[in-house]
Amino acid sequence: MKPTIERTKKMIDEILEVYPEKTRKERERHLKPNDPTGECASGCQIKSNVKSRPGVMTTRGCAYAGSKGVVWGPVKDVVHVSHGPVGCGQYSWWSRRNYCNGTAGIDSFATMQITSDFLERDIVFGGDKKLQQLCLEVKEMFPLAKGISVQSECPIGLIGDDIEAVTKKMTKQLGIPVIPVRCEGFRGVSQSLGHHIANDAIRDHVLGKNKPERTTDYDVNLIGDYNIGGDGWASRKILEGMGLRVLAQWSGDATINELAIAPSARLNVIHCYRSMNYICRHMEDSYSIPWVEYNFFGPTKTYQSIRKIASYFDDSVKEKAEQMIATHKPMMDKVIEHYRARLEGKTVMLYVGGLRPRHVIGAYEDLGMEVIATGYEFGHSDDYKRTYPEMKEASVIYDDVTPYEMEELTRRLRPDLVGAGVKEKYAYHKLGVPFRQMHSWDYSGPYHGFDGFAVFARDMDMTVNSPTWNLIRRKK
Amino acid sequence: MKVTDHNELFKGQDYLRQFEAKREFELPCSTQEISSMMEYSKGKEYMEKNFARSALTINPAKACQPLGAMLCACGFENTMNFVQGSQGCVAYFRSHLSRHFKEPVAAVSSSMTEDAAVFGGLNNMLEGLENTYSLYKPAMIAMSTTCMAEVIGDDLNAYIKQAKEKGCIPQDMLVPFAHTPSFVGSHITGYDNMLKGILSAMTPEKNQERPGAAKNQERPGAVKKAQPTGKINIIPGFDTYTGNIREVKRLLSLMGVSHTVLADTSDAMDSPNTGKYMLYPGGTPLEEAKAAINAKATISLQKFATVKTGEFIREVWGHDFNALPTPIGIRRTDEFLDAISALSGRAIPAAIEDERGRAVDAMIDSHPYIHGKRFAMVGDPDLMLGLISFVMEMGGEPVHVVSTNGDKHFEADAYELLASSPYGANAKPSDCKERSRVYPGKDMWHLRSLMFNDPVDLLIGNSYTKFLWRDTGTPLIRIGFPLFDRHHLHRYPIIGYKGVINLVTWMVNTVLEEMDRKSINGPNFDVIR
Repeated sequence: MKPTIERTKKMIDEILEVYPEKTRKERERHLKPNDPTGECASGCQIKSNVKSRPGVMTTRGCAYAGSKGVVWGPVKDVVHVSHGPVGCGQYSWWSRRNYCNGTAGIDSFATMQITSDFLERDIVFGGDKKLQQLCLEVKEMFPLAKGISVQSECPIGLIGDDIEAVTKKMTKQLGIPVIPVRCEGFRGVSQSLGHHIANDAIRDHVLGKNKPERTTDYDVNLIGDYNIGGDGWASRKILEGMGLRVLAQWSGDATINELAIAPSARLNVIHCYRSMNYICRHMEDSYSIPWVEYNFFGPTKTYQSIRKIASYFDDSVKEKAEQMIATHKPMMDKVIEHYRARLEGKTVMLYVGGLRPRHVIGAYEDLGMEVIATGYEFGHSDDYKRTYPEMKEASVIYDDVTPYEMEELTRRLRPDLVGAGVKEKYAYHKLGVPFRQMHSWDYSGPYHGFDGFAVFARDMDMTVNSPTWNLIRRKK
Repeated sequence: MKVTDHNELFKGQDYLRQFEAKREFELPCSTQEISSMMEYSKGKEYMEKNFARSALTINPAKACQPLGAMLCACGFENTMNFVQGSQGCVAYFRSHLSRHFKEPVAAVSSSMTEDAAVFGGLNNMLEGLENTYSLYKPAMIAMSTTCMAEVIGDDLNAYIKQAKEKGCIPQDMLVPFAHTPSFVGSHITGYDNMLKGILSAMTPEKNQERPGAAKNQERPGAVKKAQPTGKINIIPGFDTYTGNIREVKRLLSLMGVSHTVLADTSDAMDSPNTGKYMLYPGGTPLEEAKAAINAKATISLQKFATVKTGEFIREVWGHDFNALPTPIGIRRTDEFLDAISALSGRAIPAAIEDERGRAVDAMIDSHPYIHGKRFAMVGDPDLMLGLISFVMEMGGEPVHVVSTNGDKHFEADAYELLASSPYGANAKPSDCKERSRVYPGKDMWHLRSLMFNDPVDLLIGNSYTKFLWRDTGTPLIRIGFPLFDRHHLHRYPIIGYKGVINLVTWMVNTVLEEMDRKSINGPNFDVIR
């Protein structure tokens, strides 16, 4: 039976019945049947970026995760100090796979867990002295570090430490930027505020502090690519192939200098809108640099995006863009031909963060698959507005979806593949539903660009069609 | 269809050219700077500075309290972990445990944000408990805290009482709690606090009057202290090997000793695939846990993860509590089985004796490859003691022993153990040039300096020690927590005689693989070793 908005609505209502009334009413605003027109006469606009309900399992993280884990962590030549107790840094230690070149512990620090390891006395007496001493020791241990970022954990803001004063003093004394980031985990409702805080810290302490030796009319910044499994490199390859010059990679495999020289670019091209739109808007306002969103997942979207980006430049870029597409199309067609035969008609349910809940839809469609449900961990209304037209009518869209809701939706929608994170992964293995981690690419990748698409297609195929699922002897 | 992923893709000329060209914008260090810094970082002067650090921690081998509390509570039947504080922490704990066990881990938080920072977390807890109860229908809700709730001073006991008075959860709901500040101790402390909290909540009021009792725990449905059941309680501690817990249960069953494992994480962290997702697979049955007070004795297999729990059992439960050395290696397994035999009056059966014989046989077979080998090791204090003992039994020499969450008691125990064998002899704290030295409170960056300045043959540690493997070229045997980059190791026991065989296998084959690598183009590329 073809889903209609009414039928989907009814299904959602049934799922939510189990909640206490207050929670049910609240959750109801976060799960809706899709109306691709986005007009939502049927009341399908998703409520987002509000607090998760206490006691209801959520996959969401915190502001620290958004700053240290996402935006700052990949900046490789800066020592990122997890300032506070040991846990936050321990759990986020090199878990995001934002690849970078360099020598760990010498000129690159992205794979390390560096912390002030707060003890009780630091909570009681304050941690400012310790932070100052720590900065001196960072300089001793890592003299080639190009900066220090202080990633605040919950207690810092609660005990009233003045990290701004310490970092200001240390910046002077050490001759490298020491940057305070107020990303305490209790701020905001998810990772999202952490992205914003981190963007603001870059804006205030790094942006525009240096200039490239020369500039050209083809200078761009590659924004919102964290180089997971090498995504950023696969994307950069396309941009360079179009004749563009990438000044800065934000922030996968980035150095602090790249962030500093970024305002010299002519255009910002942004992949993860959610986590990096702030800096693009700032550069637009302050440096008159336009920005354009793009999508390098799957050939269809990649071709469109290449042309869209090229449209900001002269004919030489447009020509190279067309050549680039023409060169890669035969290979992309081959990938599609091979994998489409194995994946045609399969349905997908997604629950991810950032840009992926909408950006990967096209890549699945290239393989003949259909995304029947999608949603964001920490999206805002502008993310959802960009999502409605990408999804079919009466498909399901959700926000901060709970494991219970996901399991119920899975039972009713029977997707052939689910893409979410590590906290969901093993529950789906137990359920016997093919599952891929769509945050870390399940330790594979890259998935971006021409080089990434074949990897994406191979991975989806191996999981959807793995013979292991058929071995499960199901308990009634 | 041939697909090139990150394993090969970025070695291609196109990418190498891209990386080289990107340097124009990076303001990179010169190769000269990098190589001289690399050399400097391996030297004596750097080591001195490294050991002079007082504020900076680099690559520590410890996590924080609530992680341990969560693992503990996962080991009880139908129990939901509820963490009072920020939600991001819980996302981290769940991911961390899932990455190691490759299992789903359920936990909720009270999602406290700025307003809770100002007004306290009471409202979050009330709504949170109501939601948790109605959604997940747990039989027990085990509550721990993040540092946020600790810093603002949330009073768990008072809040839980209010939640019951207001009807958010039933009056008779079991809600043990533990304050688990991340800035005190480590994950093993959190395990200890949570286990004490749970056992305390299951203990009747009149038994709590004794000194040392956790006075404030709510204890509905606690079992009264009665005649001893003759059972033995086993506390595994913060044990991340599900294989260990299954092994203990198997050994005790073979001996015919009736027992209760507190907390039994073996099924929770290794549940069968049946096409069904269970929120609470396995765990110690609550009725059995409640009756644990009437056991003959309680044995802990991790001294440093059960300090407070031990005090509680001795003083409040009033029965024998004995923290035995973790049964890693032959002698410690002997000691464990002897203790169980003495306590239960059951003889050690021939089947177990045979297992011992096989384990010893394996050690003898492999000893030439381990004897005289120098080891560096890093991990939790109880694990380190077990591995020191086992390595010395094989004729190996523990040279650098680092335990970020080890304290001075651990240090004393470790030196005593090292001094007991010629393979650890001369282990004196003052004598750093002598064979063995123990480093409580130090991190893996300290260990890096140690391994460069006093190289060893083999390294033992968790997945993060692969950076030391890479930097120093020392072959690595992955033992400990977390193990993220190898699959299924945690399913194998490392305790008991079976554990001995696993340890010997991993160790000797690591040595043999290294020999193959080193002799790959030589005449001694032997096919029989």
